Amino acid sequence: MNQTLALILIIAPLIGFLINIFVGKKVNEKLSGSIGTLAILISFIGTIILFLDLNSNHQAMTVKLFDWIGTERFTIAFSFQFDELSVLWLMFVTGIGTLIHMYSISYMHGDENFHKFFAYLNLFIFFMITLVTGSNLLIMFIGWEGVGLCSYLLIGFWHKNQAYNDAAKKAFIMNRIGDLGLLIGIFILGALYSTVDFEGLKTAMEGGEGSYWISIAAICLFIGACGKSAQIPLYTWLPDAMAGPTPVSALIHAATMVTAGIFMITRLHFLFDLAPEVQNIIAIVGGVTSLVAATIGLFQNDIKKVLAYSTVSQLGLMFLALGFGAYEIAVFHVITHAFFKACLFLGSGSVIHAMHGEQDMRRMGGLKNVMKITYITFLISSLAISGIPPFSGFFSKDEILMTAFHNNTALWVIGSLASIMTAFYMFRLLYLTFFNKFRGTDEQKHHLHESPALITFPLIILAILATVGGLIAFPGKSWLNAYLAPLLHDGPQHAHHLGTTEYILMAVAVVGGLIGIVLAYMKFKQKNTVPVEDDQMQGVAKLVYNKYYVDEMYDATIVKPVNVLSKFFRDKIEVLLSSIVFGFASLTGGLGTIGRKLQNGSIGLYLFAFVIGICTILALMFIAK
Amino acid sequence: MDAIYILGILLVGAMLTYTVGDKWASKVALLFSLVAFGFTVCLGHCLTEERNLIWSWIESPSIHFALKIDGLAVAMLLLTTALIPLIIYSTFGKQVKNAKAFFALILLMAFAMSGTFLAADGILYYIFWELSLIPIYFIALLWGNGDLEERKKAVIKFFIYTFAGSLFMLAAFIYLYSKAGSLLIADLYALDLTGEEQCWIFAAFFLAYAIKIPLIPFHTWQANVYQKAPTVGTMLLSGIMLKMGLYSVIRWQLPIAPDASKEWMPFLLYLGIAGVIYGSIVAIRQKDLKKLLAYSSLAHVGLIAAGVYSLTFDGIQGAVLQMLAHGLVVVGLFFAAEVIHRRFETRKIDEMGGIRQQAPKFTSLFMILVLASVGLPLTFNFVGEFTVLYSLSQIDIIYAVLGGLTIILGAYYMLKMFQNVMLGETNAKPFADITMHEGVLLGIIAGAIFFFGLHAKCITDFITPSIQNILTHIN
Repeated sequence: MNQTLALILIIAPLIGFLINIFVGKKVNEKLSGSIGTLAILISFIGTIILFLDLNSNHQAMTVKLFDWIGTERFTIAFSFQFDELSVLWLMFVTGIGTLIHMYSISYMHGDENFHKFFAYLNLFIFFMITLVTGSNLLIMFIGWEGVGLCSYLLIGFWHKNQAYNDAAKKAFIMNRIGDLGLLIGIFILGALYSTVDFEGLKTAMEGGEGSYWISIAAICLFIGACGKSAQIPLYTWLPDAMAGPTPVSALIHAATMVTAGIFMITRLHFLFDLAPEVQNIIAIVGGVTSLVAATIGLFQNDIKKVLAYSTVSQLGLMFLALGFGAYEIAVFHVITHAFFKACLFLGSGSVIHAMHGEQDMRRMGGLKNVMKITYITFLISSLAISGIPPFSGFFSKDEILMTAFHNNTALWVIGSLASIMTAFYMFRLLYLTFFNKFRGTDEQKHHLHESPALITFPLIILAILATVGGLIAFPGKSWLNAYLAPLLHDGPQHAHHLGTTEYILMAVAVVGGLIGIVLAYMKFKQKNTVPVEDDQMQGVAKLVYNKYYVDEMYDATIVKPVNVLSKFFRDKIEVLLSSIVFGFASLTGGLGTIGRKLQNGSIGLYLFAFVIGICTILALMFIAK
Repeated sequence: MDAIYILGILLVGAMLTYTVGDKWASKVALLFSLVAFGFTVCLGHCLTEERNLIWSWIESPSIHFALKIDGLAVAMLLLTTALIPLIIYSTFGKQVKNAKAFFALILLMAFAMSGTFLAADGILYYIFWELSLIPIYFIALLWGNGDLEERKKAVIKFFIYTFAGSLFMLAAFIYLYSKAGSLLIADLYALDLTGEEQCWIFAAFFLAYAIKIPLIPFHTWQANVYQKAPTVGTMLLSGIMLKMGLYSVIRWQLPIAPDASKEWMPFLLYLGIAGVIYGSIVAIRQKDLKKLLAYSSLAHVGLIAAGVYSLTFDGIQGAVLQMLAHGLVVVGLFFAAEVIHRRFETRKIDEMGGIRQQAPKFTSLFMILVLASVGLPLTFNFVGEFTVLYSLSQIDIIYAVLGGLTIILGAYYMLKMFQNVMLGETNAKPFADITMHEGVLLGIIAGAIFFFGLHAKCITDFITPSIQNILTHIN
């Protein structure tokens, strides 16, 4: 019974995709959108049933379909695994997925490729389900690459704009750099243990010792995670990915796909536990990414770009937790982040919708009076991401910082700084968008309106979740830790006893968040500052606004040289190789010409050659004797 | 139901096609190729163990008409007889001048290539090998496109170059005959050659195969011929003919000169991988769509060659899968280029763009081919690519890292191409979406890509014994 249910929840989005791709064009928008939403809703309901079952009796289930790829030493099965971790991930993937599908019905209204949008979204959910439920690394890899494909299709959804297509291509290629790392990691594990099955690997590795190759495998897998989860140095695709429609940014580039790296590392925690030096690297990369992205976020003026950098920064915090082996805390932050960041993105979508596509905050302002629901939900989520109690972000971020404090003070400082900046730029965004006077055109002002119910309903649900989401891992009495315990039990326990130090840390974090908010309030609410136009920017602000010119650096050091090399190969080496081949032909031709000259019909020459020849032969015979 | 019938069907088909005249030629050719395909499927279905058919042909020197039918040969035969109907079908809806000769030549080529895959006697194999060159020579020369002088130059270069390479192989066979007194493959496998002899034999075979496959730096004929030949010719060349070289490495070169193979293995792996990187990088800046696909083909066969020369079970199995997958996809891609050419009359990439809005069906199918070409999981190509890269990683991780660059570079040039060809502002020139014929053809290929992407096992199951067999000869 559960097996059938599991299959249905995997296949429903795929069927939704097929229906919309083949007949979506022929039916009207409402039906097409409803089919897409329904497909995910079915998955969500299936997930809930499995989840309730699993929460009570903790019995993981494997669904094996057939053998897929065979190598000499092992066979890779096409099979899926429903355990605590995968079902937990499915809960918010399909849950938030359903809300965002619903939202998109209104948001994408009138788009000429409306049905395709839903088809791609459905396909994305299908691959995401494959990613989290795959029972071995290769099935996970199907999902891993599949979500990358959907991300590509959706970033470039408005395909007439080549800049968007560039962003889509960049995302795909950068992800593929990570994917190569992941693949190499899979190869090494396959060679070491003759299996790529999660269960098999766990059995083989648990209680074992680390080794050189285990560390190499771990670092390769981490490179894969960097690509998908936008960590340094493979993060620059994510801000560009904002070219896609806003629901895509909310679903793929905030709540679900970008958490795949965290999922993978948690899934393989037994491997990373054996490679402490790699864990250190993960913690450092995570910490540095969270800080660097936060600084960039301080100066962005595009509402979605701010959120994008904030996502990179928050993902960095999750990796920080992973680096300390605090998997359940990272997972906790993944979940709360999914709630408030999805809400923020959808809220920004609602704003953009009202502003007729305008994304520059310098042209907004004063929207709170017109867009009450959007404003309130946005405020709640901003408080959550800033780590203000009692909102969900407070609990999860606090856990991360506490863990950091107990392990490495420098990284705690970095993480705390990133958090203060987060509070600042989020409220900068909030004040610029919703407060003071409207700065757009009269035309826009005239059309300002609150979004329809299909948009506000998901916002309200997500805001509620962003408020109460922290309860799933309430300090000292964490449901989440207990739920994940069967999976992660061998790892160190991270349930903090709430002592004086912890309360002080909490206070420090909250005060830090409040400082950020107050600073933003003074600058952007009281003084009513509006960021200067692009061409007036100078100094540090310009450097940071242009993202430290990292894109330009990558372009100059990698993309350009490859292109120059390509031209060089095409124009020089190819010609050279070709001329060598023709050279052989000319050589043959040349020899023929010489030969022809010998056959010139002169009897004298023939006789001469004849006599010389005879003499030579005789001489040789004589010498031989 | 024996393999000899399939050869017979193709040969008789070629003759009949020529005699029925231009009007019916394509249909007769399609019919015969489909029958041959049906026979091959039956053959594969009934195949339980390898069989050898040997008839005496010439007493002295002792030459036999010998065929070896095992999983590997049948797999290649299947590739040939499956692609030939598709290739013939691709011309439907388009006027072909002197159709009877054209289609007869296609079937003749199919006959020669099938013979190459089946032959189990050195001379017979050599005859089929060279015979296959003649039809493609005429197809490329007479039905090709572009300036006639340019085309002549490219095609004659191709002919002489590959022919010259093959002469070394013939010399090797003559030497082998002097040692073994027969050229039956079993006798050659059993031959005990010294290390030095093996090196010479290996080198002679290598020249023939490296030019045919082609491996860098022997590839210079490829891009020009692909560009100048008619699409049918390009499909025949890239889809099937270049697999003759790769297949021959597995069937002839490695088992006859095993010690030399082992000695040269690292060098050959690097050569194959260098082809992957070189081909991919050259492809990035190509201006002609067919040339770009030609260089992408160069990159792909480089990886296949690396798999073959890895001398591991996984490497060879992955290489065979990749040969089949590449054959399917490359035929599809060249057909897509043809579809665009029919409407825009150009192969220059910068004259294209903005097609997606006008032709959504074509875009979807083209996208599937691009994704297969970059080896996305669930496509047939992923299975082969994964297995080959895995086998390389088992020898040394560095091979897998370098060979794996195909994942990144392949995505780069293919997506760049797709963006420039298909996306952007709607093109001012009208682009009609695909016709029924075109849709059926691309649809079949897309279907096969996904089917085997999930069920590659139905192929690996029946090629496994023959690969193991060959590996025992090598070790």
